[in-house]
Amino acid sequence: MNVTLSSSELKKEGIEKTAQLSGANFFSCYQCGKCTAGCPASEFMDIPPHEVIRLLQIGQIEEILEKNSIWICASCITCAVRCPKGVDLAKIMEALRQIVLRKNVNYVHPSSVSKEELRTLPQIALIANFRKLTG
Amino acid sequence: MIKSARLNSVGVFVCHCGINIASTVDIEEVKRQLAGYPGVEFVKDYQYMCSEPGQLLFKEACRSETVGGVVVASCSPRLHETTFRRAAAEAGMNPYRVEIANIREQCSWVHHDEKEKATIKAVDIIKSVIERSKRNESLSSVSIKTVKKVLVVGAGISGMQAALNIANSGIETYLLDREPSIGGRMAQLSETFPTLDCSQCILTPRMVEVGQNKRITLMTYSEVEEVSGYVGNFKVKVRRKAAYVDWDKCTGCGLCSEKCPKKVPSEFDRSLGRRKAIYSQFPQAVPNKTVIDRESCLYFKTGKCRLCVEACPLGAIDFEQEDRIEEIEVGAIVVATGYDLYEKEKIEEYRIGYCEDVIDGLAFERLLSSSGPTQGRVLRPSDGTVPKEVVFIQCVGSRDPDHHLPYCSRICCMYTAKHAMLYKHRVPDGQPYVFYMDIRSGGKNYEEFVQRTIEEERVLYIRGRVARLYRDGKKVVVVGADTISGKKIEIRADMVVLAMAMRPSGGIGELSKKLKIQVDQNGFLSEAHPKLRPVETLTRGVFLAGCAQAPKDITDTVSQAGAAASMVLELLSNEELTHSPTTAWVDEELCAGCGQCVAQCAYGAIELDTRRKKAHVNDILCQGCGACVAACPSAAVNQRNFSISQYYSMIESIV
Amino acid sequence: MEVVSYMPGCTLKTSGRNFEKSAITLFDILGVTMEELDRWVCCGTTYSLSSDNIMNQLAPVRTLLRAKETGRRELLVLCSMCYNTLRRAQSLVLHDKEKRDKINEFMYREKTTFDGDEIRVVHLLNYLKDSVGFERVAKRVVKKPSDLKIALYYGCMLLRPHEVSVDESSEDPTIMEELFSLCGVTPVYFPFKTECCGSYQTVNQRDMVLSRAERIVGSAAKNGADMIVVSCPLCCHNLDSSQQRVADTVRGFRKIPVMYISQLLALLVGADDAGDYRLHSVDPRPVLKEKGLIG
Ligand SMILES: Cc1cc2nc3c(=O)[nH]c(=O)nc-3n(C[C@H](O)[C@H](O)[C@H](O)COP(=O)(O)OP(=O)(O)OC[C@H]3O[C@@H](n4cnc5c(N)ncnc54)[C@H](O)[C@@H]3O)c2cc1C
Ligand code: SF4
Ligand code: SF4
Ligand code: SF4
Repeated sequence: MNVTLSSSELKKEGIEKTAQLSGANFFSCYQCGKCTAGCPASEFMDIPPHEVIRLLQIGQIEEILEKNSIWICASCITCAVRCPKGVDLAKIMEALRQIVLRKNVNYVHPSSVSKEELRTLPQIALIANFRKLTG
Repeated sequence: MIKSARLNSVGVFVCHCGINIASTVDIEEVKRQLAGYPGVEFVKDYQYMCSEPGQLLFKEACRSETVGGVVVASCSPRLHETTFRRAAAEAGMNPYRVEIANIREQCSWVHHDEKEKATIKAVDIIKSVIERSKRNESLSSVSIKTVKKVLVVGAGISGMQAALNIANSGIETYLLDREPSIGGRMAQLSETFPTLDCSQCILTPRMVEVGQNKRITLMTYSEVEEVSGYVGNFKVKVRRKAAYVDWDKCTGCGLCSEKCPKKVPSEFDRSLGRRKAIYSQFPQAVPNKTVIDRESCLYFKTGKCRLCVEACPLGAIDFEQEDRIEEIEVGAIVVATGYDLYEKEKIEEYRIGYCEDVIDGLAFERLLSSSGPTQGRVLRPSDGTVPKEVVFIQCVGSRDPDHHLPYCSRICCMYTAKHAMLYKHRVPDGQPYVFYMDIRSGGKNYEEFVQRTIEEERVLYIRGRVARLYRDGKKVVVVGADTISGKKIEIRADMVVLAMAMRPSGGIGELSKKLKIQVDQNGFLSEAHPKLRPVETLTRGVFLAGCAQAPKDITDTVSQAGAAASMVLELLSNEELTHSPTTAWVDEELCAGCGQCVAQCAYGAIELDTRRKKAHVNDILCQGCGACVAACPSAAVNQRNFSISQYYSMIESIV
Repeated sequence: MEVVSYMPGCTLKTSGRNFEKSAITLFDILGVTMEELDRWVCCGTTYSLSSDNIMNQLAPVRTLLRAKETGRRELLVLCSMCYNTLRRAQSLVLHDKEKRDKINEFMYREKTTFDGDEIRVVHLLNYLKDSVGFERVAKRVVKKPSDLKIALYYGCMLLRPHEVSVDESSEDPTIMEELFSLCGVTPVYFPFKTECCGSYQTVNQRDMVLSRAERIVGSAAKNGADMIVVSCPLCCHNLDSSQQRVADTVRGFRKIPVMYISQLLALLVGADDAGDYRLHSVDPRPVLKEKGLIG
């Protein structure tokens, strides 16, 4: 698929919103891939973390939202502490999730968690999960 | 001389600087407002005052004898003050009666959105300079005799090159290094990119040439203790460190080292090999003399041993030796103190993987070097086996503004390619991998060299940074990414070579303070101007060369050293040097002798006569910075042509 | 008797109760009373990472207010997730004046405000190091296990972001190694000590969490650990309860028990047991018996 770039494409709403919600400057990312290399979840993601940032840089937020990456992220902050350019990728992942969740969309449906799991899972797992993955 | 001119009348030139000034500042309006300003004889404008016709106009005005001074409203005085002052002198006007009003950098360039306000500001700037100019004195410059000798600090390839160039032009040169031998880092290298010349083979003839040059006095195992004086007349105290060996007797035969029972890791071999407590730095050392490392020597520790004393046939060992301070006088100084590598321990996320087989680039040079601890065979330091999977990691510590150093170390792309290629030559069935972010190979034949590494040697280049290293049995696991395929990559390596960032040699901070020269935000020595004065410092008479200024390869190092040498020669080709007379002076009537000015002067130009309780400024040392003027609570210090009354009148003219 | 205010958090009252119980026992022996806050609310478990979300900061801030009301300057926390959330919320209030004012405005019915500098949130490890002193803990050790090897697992929330790290280094921390070495237990080389366990993805990304557990526990086992020591009920769950599933699919996978810092410390300083062993998936008793820590 070709991408047609223009200044308006690069500044569209979702991009600005991500920047604002995350407070991170993803334009300082120089695509070194250290985030991807250290990410415990990247092998389960459709696109690796540094590509999430690249797609933001070239204005392709829709494509990010079609992929599972932001939902796989475990908010472990490994990427943010190691990034040589101080890009807080964990916050960017959160901002992208929020953009979806705030439309009242749930990624995880609490009702789908089985009784057995509800019994065995520690509270913090459930609360954290719903905090991160439901609207 | 101007007889009829009223000394306090001035002529004003307003320069358009093409459109640089004229498109923002309304020149006609400026002229209108200045015409008739008290003391202004005329106001003229011109397209480019610095052009030849512009200067002719200017000289004419200087000659016209109707004005006592001229104000040129143009760019920063840093650019053309000298031009106009020289022109004035040619036209018979005292050059210190010419002043520049900066209406470009301080006005048109920064206010191009606000034309009207910019015009008002330009008028204000010019008015204030007119006021200053009216009160200027005719000064004449101070002249100094020069000592025709030079000190070069640091005897790596840059220092050696500069010393040779200067000495071969007939000038006595001291070449100082804190290590026992000259040669610097280049002596540690194996082969050099892009030609793969053996480093020692091209370096040692130079070292011998330096050693034999009659006009070069070697001062190795020495450090700069104290520097006083000024351009043309520096006095330098040099600490000659005690070697505990009488170098006049020592022939470097090495019998002492053979007998010495104490082994310690060798700095020269980056701890991959060992040396004795009494040692010569490396076999080709110049001068070829031994030193005793007091920290490791058994005699110094326990009072027993003295095996070296027995071994030396010439009786050169001298445990009683002490550091000596030697004082030399020189007219100019070249600083060529080179670089160190950033410590790999600082890379926390790699630390968990560190073991003997994770080494830095210089250590790998020692492994590759035929005179190194393995005679050039690539062997794992941990167990002496041949590593079959070797990972090279670029940019370690470099280009990481968030944790380490923000800059690119500039040569590691090249030496990593060289390392991977040489490894492949030594271990044909081994597999080298290079983790890189970009390949910076902008030198003559450099890109071709890198391409050869990739195409012919089949070195696998992987584009991505490494997130972490950890040990797994005898392997080091490298966890990285390949951003091109989007894959996370893990390699179980037998050996890892880190292309550590280059940083200025340790101790550069103190040395720069002694020399009163500046360092930049990364600790490298600052040049006077990045484009036009790349080998000068802001302190006259002190020059720089090599990696002390910024990371660079040998080619650039040698070129820069030659440039520094030619600047030294230019400086010392004059019997006398002139010095700006806009210096500070103390009004003894007002001086209370508090000494606050003395503490403020960065150049050590003010002394306090404690008996008379009066401060005194040394004209030759004073750089005219004005720090003392601001510091004096009694307003007793004034600067020539920058007097406090001049400042008041400048302020009054605009408020 | 020293007294310290303490906030347990939800999970320490349920599946993580061994953590709390053993900590109380440990502190008793050390001569410190842990005084649970009268009222506390769930910290929210994860610190909100989006800049405009103030709602999620309220819960931790209210708990910090309760701590302030005790008149003490410190709040002890055991659970890594509570620690991270409270510590970051405290730092946010301290450094972001705008948010501080908004939060305090919202809490207008509280008797006092929270300004960020009244309370220091202290994790168990830092409390033991700075207030009790590792030496003092070590002096209390009565059981010398014969060559017990442990893998000290920090996970994420004790270390990241760097500002809240319990150790100077968030990449290569050694505070736990220091403590346990002094207590006569040998930490093993454990390169996965700071790698994420998969965290809350345990709810709906089971595969990912299993694969994390395989690598983390596998590394500990390979390096000879008899046990993994943790500070977080979620890490504990992910590393402990996944092991059977991993063992079912990975040949040669060696299961090892997972225990909380305080469980092991309590045993070392003389406690009879380390709580309710039914809460463990991999039973620690065989190892504890073998090493002479329980009868
Ligand atoms: C791993 C590696 C491989 C390299 N390979 C190549 C290559 O293949 N080709 C190439 O062109 N370049 C290569 N380089 C770069 C090369 O090493 C440098 O360009 C060159 O050595 C710089 O010379 P220098 O004289 O400026 O500094 P140095 O060689 O560092 O010399 C500085 C000297 O100053 C002395 N000194 C320092 N501080 C003081 C002080 N305070 N007082 C007294 N003396 C002091 C030191 O003892 C030293 O002798 C490589 C660099 C590295 C790290
Ligand atoms: S580590 Fe930072 S700079 Fe590197 S790719 Fe990730 S976000 Fe970009
Ligand atoms: S915070 Fe998310 S993206 Fe970053 S390393 Fe952790 S799991 Fe990966
Ligand atoms: S020269 Fe190459 S390896 Fe070295 S810092 Fe620059 S880009 Fe990185």
